[in-house]
Amino acid sequence: MEAFFGFAEQLCDGLCGNEILFANLARESSDFVRLNQNRVRQAGHVRALALTLTLSGGAKQVEGSCDLSGDPDQDLARARTLLAGLRARLAHVPEDPYLNLSLQPTRSERRASACAPASHSAVETLIAAADGLDLVGIWASGEMADGLASSLGHRHWHESVSFHLDWSLYLEGDKAVKGVYSGFRWEPDCLRRRLATLTDGLRAMARPAKTLEPGRYRAYLAPSAVQELMDMLAWGGFDLKSHRTHQTPLLRMVRGERAFDPRISIREEHKRGLVPTFTPEGFLLPPHVDLITAGQLAGCLVDARTAREFGAAVNASSGAPASLALAPGALEECDILARLGTGLWIGHLWYCNWSDPNDCRVTGMTRFGTYWVENGEIVAPVKVMRFDDSLYHLLGDRLEDLTAARELLMSPQTYDGRSSDSAVLPGILVAGIDLTL
Amino acid sequence: MEQLCEIAEIFQAQAPACDAWTLRLVEEEHDHLEIRQGVVEPSRCRTSCGAMVTLMLEGGVGYGATSDLSPAGLRAAAARAADWARLHARLGLFDARLSPCPSTRADYRTAIQEPWESLSIGEKLAVLREVDQALAIDERIVDRAAWVTRRQVSQLLVTSAGGRVSQVLDFVHPGLVAVAHAGSQTQRRHGGGADWPQQGGWERVAAVRLLQAAPVVAEEALALLAAPDCPRDTRDLILLPSQMVLQIHESIGHPLELDRILGDERNYAGTSFVTPEMFGHYRYGSDLLNVTFDPTVANELVSGVADDEGTPAGREYLIRRGILERPLGGALSQARTGLPGTANARASGWDRPPIDRMGNLNLEPGAGSLADLVARVERGILMDTNRSWSIDDSRNKFQFGCEWGRLIENGELAGVVRNPGYRGISANFWRSLDGVGGPETLEVRGVRNCGKGEPNQSVYVGHAAPPCLFRSVAVFGGGE
Repeated sequence: MEAFFGFAEQLCDGLCGNEILFANLARESSDFVRLNQNRVRQAGHVRALALTLTLSGGAKQVEGSCDLSGDPDQDLARARTLLAGLRARLAHVPEDPYLNLSLQPTRSERRASACAPASHSAVETLIAAADGLDLVGIWASGEMADGLASSLGHRHWHESVSFHLDWSLYLEGDKAVKGVYSGFRWEPDCLRRRLATLTDGLRAMARPAKTLEPGRYRAYLAPSAVQELMDMLAWGGFDLKSHRTHQTPLLRMVRGERAFDPRISIREEHKRGLVPTFTPEGFLLPPHVDLITAGQLAGCLVDARTAREFGAAVNASSGAPASLALAPGALEECDILARLGTGLWIGHLWYCNWSDPNDCRVTGMTRFGTYWVENGEIVAPVKVMRFDDSLYHLLGDRLEDLTAARELLMSPQTYDGRSSDSAVLPGILVAGIDLTL
Repeated sequence: MEQLCEIAEIFQAQAPACDAWTLRLVEEEHDHLEIRQGVVEPSRCRTSCGAMVTLMLEGGVGYGATSDLSPAGLRAAAARAADWARLHARLGLFDARLSPCPSTRADYRTAIQEPWESLSIGEKLAVLREVDQALAIDERIVDRAAWVTRRQVSQLLVTSAGGRVSQVLDFVHPGLVAVAHAGSQTQRRHGGGADWPQQGGWERVAAVRLLQAAPVVAEEALALLAAPDCPRDTRDLILLPSQMVLQIHESIGHPLELDRILGDERNYAGTSFVTPEMFGHYRYGSDLLNVTFDPTVANELVSGVADDEGTPAGREYLIRRGILERPLGGALSQARTGLPGTANARASGWDRPPIDRMGNLNLEPGAGSLADLVARVERGILMDTNRSWSIDDSRNKFQFGCEWGRLIENGELAGVVRNPGYRGISANFWRSLDGVGGPETLEVRGVRNCGKGEPNQSVYVGHAAPPCLFRSVAVFGGGE
């Protein structure tokens, strides 16, 4: 942390005139181990260090980034070259009416880590515990850090050491159950317990699979399935720019034509602390932002640029939530099957996309741990089915209840480095979900 | 590339002791310029440079990736790779001696007519400003943007077997979008190359008719506002090349990936309805279906001389006259299965290891024009420009949505419909293929966001296709 702040100070020493510099650092040191058939498919380590500079002069701004090596002298030379290039570029761009940097220097520091596991031994433990099972998935672990320093005096640091084990157990074909174990404190006994629970789930999978006809079915959606629906809402549903340009899938809610059930309340919980609570422009984030309250639109996520364009206050790093929470309901876990009665238990949804965004209609597939339930008892796994339905129904007029207990679900995504996004979600019981194929 | 060669020479001079090694160095440059609603968005440029060292040791294989390209940095990455190779030797899924370490020596560079640098930033922004203004034809166009992205990827692969493959790929991607809104309806229309990526330089801006496309795209967005919803029934379907790209990608490309068939992707991207026994005799589609893996098409997104493991790339039929012949599998997957394959082990960057991916996956042309296809349809619909895609984990039950639809009545194009979508099952859908446009209708396109792998990787994939006619497909429109 101090090394980065010192590095940034040296870089800022070279600024001229009215120039302002914001420097963001992203550091990752990760082990990745892919598994198939409970054996190591592909294993390795990635060490990445990237610097992003935003240079402004008056009302102009340009942004550039480069990878760093970790060697201070070499990196300073590389950063100065990048800065010189940005300065030359700045002369060729017009003034930016939406430039919005925090002019009040702020500071923050957060380190989240506990008992960091050694990847080799964790993988060996996993393979031994899953002996005889067809386990497939990925182990990802290591350090991630984000830093921000500016010529105005901002100094922010967010660092964590965590692990994420995302795996499935396969019986045959596509009969499978899915498990996740992630966090900061690695406990082999906890892993073994989760494996044992999943292995129990495989027993129900061994029964002959039921093929459903298209139609409307009562259903319980477990928190992991609800996460897929929330991910769809995250895609333009809460972004102020999407709202003001009429592109939000909640368009009809914005217009007052539709609403969710009054028990639906959604908020962004920055205070959860798994992602940085500062924006790249130096703004500090509020503890939380109410997005949907009692089924009605309550607010939007506003990043710095959007805030300037639409005259709002900054309350997020981007328009997509990173720490979503859906309020719990009253359904106790022990009552889920009985309340479902006869219908679908959907463990996971997958590959969702907008079917008709104007009407908040989503399509996607059932996957992993999905069963047919009769009279409150699981009777068979279900062959994968496509659903196509509006969230105004699933979270609205067909919502029967939400579970009282919620799960913290960490994102397994690693496209742009390991994600630190998370969601706290209950399961939902719905009177019907439309299956189409 | 010169810098990468120097780094490789230093590494080779102090190569680690092991059974075999490869070093893959990747340098990337990105630049993005965009004007939205008359305002220049912040100019963004990015450079990235790093290395992946892969070691085969004691029957195991492991990798270490780093942005520290100093001799010490590469030594540290090699040491990490060795650690993982030892674990793999004890607990690996296969014997690491199956891993490729080719001796291929080859070079490739994108053919460019107008270098990105031939225009100043100001000149490029002036072009975009004109395009942006051309989109502003009506107050119901509530949002609009025009952009151009440049990407250059320089990669050098060297191996302990004497292999040396250098490839420099250049891309310039223009595009635009118009968002029309009235009442409870918002419609987006893309164009100007937004879904028509290829390798090349600034000449791509003229090739995709960026400026000329703007008023057309805006008019079409407005037309969608007033159009009725796509009907919900079963009828014949003509897909234009922009949507054929997704149809090929999701329901031919992914199911033929050999690592999916081997089960590597079951936890994330999924498996496949295709099994090893099907190759050589399974009827994937009608006699009109001919699909090739073709890295030789000029300036298609993944044209090149070798894959990221150094396997020389060549044209192969995957499906011929409807019969499944060969999977998409790189050298390792071929060795694990004993099946033939293709040179398609690819990585998204220096920080991700190669896995089986599509390269250029093309549907070969048939005969006739688009008008000829339309003339053969009594009651149908034409769809253009993908806006939604979803398919099951074994790549069978799919559903797609498009931006633009036109009814077809008695062999002629009729009115515009909005929110057009269709769904089907891969194993049946391709057997309903009843018309394939000729060579003059073929369009070389692709996608820039194919996601797969653990850890996740997003790569470019090339797809060339003519318009195609399918019989009796379930179609639908919007609404709750």
